[in-house]
Amino acid sequence: MSEKGPTESRFSSILFIIIIVALGLSIAAFLFAANAFGGQDAIQGSYFMLIGIMGLTLLTYMLIQTRRRTLRLPIQTQRVATTILCQKCDFKSIRSFQRGDYIFKEAEECPKCNEKMIIASIYREVEEEKGKKELS
Amino acid sequence: MIPQVSQFPTGQGDILGWILQVAWLILIVATFIYGQRIQLTLMLREVEGGLFRLKFMRDEGRKTAISTLKELGGSETDLTARVDRFLEYVAIEPVNLDPSGVIWRLEHLLDVRDIRFKDEVKLMVPGVGETQRNNVELMLEAALDLNIIYKVIRHFYMLGKKTKSLYIIMQIQMLLPLIMREAEAFANALQAFTQGQPIGDGAGALVAAKLMHGHKTRKVAKDVVVAKVPIEGRTAYVLKAEGPGGNVGKPGEAIKQIIEKNKAKITTAIIVDAAQKLEGEKPGEVAEGVGVAIGGPEVEKYKVEETIVKYKIPVDVVLIKEDIGDAYSTMRKEVFDAADAVIDRIKRLILERTKKGDSIIIAGIGNTIGVGQ
Repeated sequence: MSEKGPTESRFSSILFIIIIVALGLSIAAFLFAANAFGGQDAIQGSYFMLIGIMGLTLLTYMLIQTRRRTLRLPIQTQRVATTILCQKCDFKSIRSFQRGDYIFKEAEECPKCNEKMIIASIYREVEEEKGKKELS
Repeated sequence: MIPQVSQFPTGQGDILGWILQVAWLILIVATFIYGQRIQLTLMLREVEGGLFRLKFMRDEGRKTAISTLKELGGSETDLTARVDRFLEYVAIEPVNLDPSGVIWRLEHLLDVRDIRFKDEVKLMVPGVGETQRNNVELMLEAALDLNIIYKVIRHFYMLGKKTKSLYIIMQIQMLLPLIMREAEAFANALQAFTQGQPIGDGAGALVAAKLMHGHKTRKVAKDVVVAKVPIEGRTAYVLKAEGPGGNVGKPGEAIKQIIEKNKAKITTAIIVDAAQKLEGEKPGEVAEGVGVAIGGPEVEKYKVEETIVKYKIPVDVVLIKEDIGDAYSTMRKEVFDAADAVIDRIKRLILERTKKGDSIIIAGIGNTIGVGQ
């Protein structure tokens, strides 16, 4: 399975150049702004300040985007529950899934009536994203 | 305020203004000349990001497969080489230029592939039971699928990069979100297959298991069991793949055999299966209709269609909706709960469409991993 693929570095040269340029422009804009404020030209100072802030915002956005992609990579481990049911007295217990469990497998004895219980369900619960509007 | 804004930053005589005007001009000309190249670079970057994630998933699949096989007692020496060989396994479709008999040729190739996979797993982990072996086979198949997806996308990425063709890259970039969803589904399936947990695709098998639980079962076709269950005064032949190991069996062959054995006595067939939901639909929603809902390479679907046409048997279908990610990962609670709603629908269908004393078939389709009977 030795083969060529995309490079694993997430910090590409293009992104690096854009970030450097944005950083340079922002610093220059802040310097111009400082000069303008010093020379009593408040309006021009505000404009340069605005350009500087915009440059910094762009920079932060790009860094966040890169980080978000990295964070999304791991495969999620799902929490799975096994429900054990006594068919005689309806006693029910829920525990985490254990390897070897399957639906309708005979489980331990019921603590109430000593009857053999069965695994009645195995499922994972998914929490829906809050505040997500759906059309019905 | 407005005149001041219009003056900035191109005030007359202002050197900074001139520099900015020239910069704008250069930017516009560059956009005209290199616009497509810039677009291509951006698209390539997006595909590269997806490819990076696919590579990660592929490597995780391989690692999971090797570690699980080692846990199950696979020999350390040649296990990695065997898994790598397995991940490169290909099955070539039969020729369909002359479609006559293509189904039987396809079935034969699928059977041979299945036997090869089972033999390979037996050689990797000789000491494990059938249930575990079936689960391992499924896990390896998921890893194989991840490897294929990664390699195909990498092929188009590299081809697009080499030829600088916007159209090759554009196609892959547009399909990437759907491909990623499928790959993520396979990546999530690894946990379910490794642990032997029931998956969303087994919703049909779960319904059949609930109906046949407590009744005597017998094997009817390859990896399929059937039980004779009295429901509402009718005799139902309830069938599903044999669990709890990962299995889909040959439900089409089983339905065909039951119908032919009972000649024309079967008055209706009800097929229960998981179906891909549309965006906006809720997982676990139940829908019904007519037709044969058997997924996969359609060999089994063909067998059922041929037999029901021959004997003029009406076929109803009950579907449990879920998305592709849910179909391959551990069964969601909503899908599990839908099984009882499906049983109610089946009972209603039986009461409305059949008479007391009739014989019917209820087939629970899907992978029965983690579901006994």
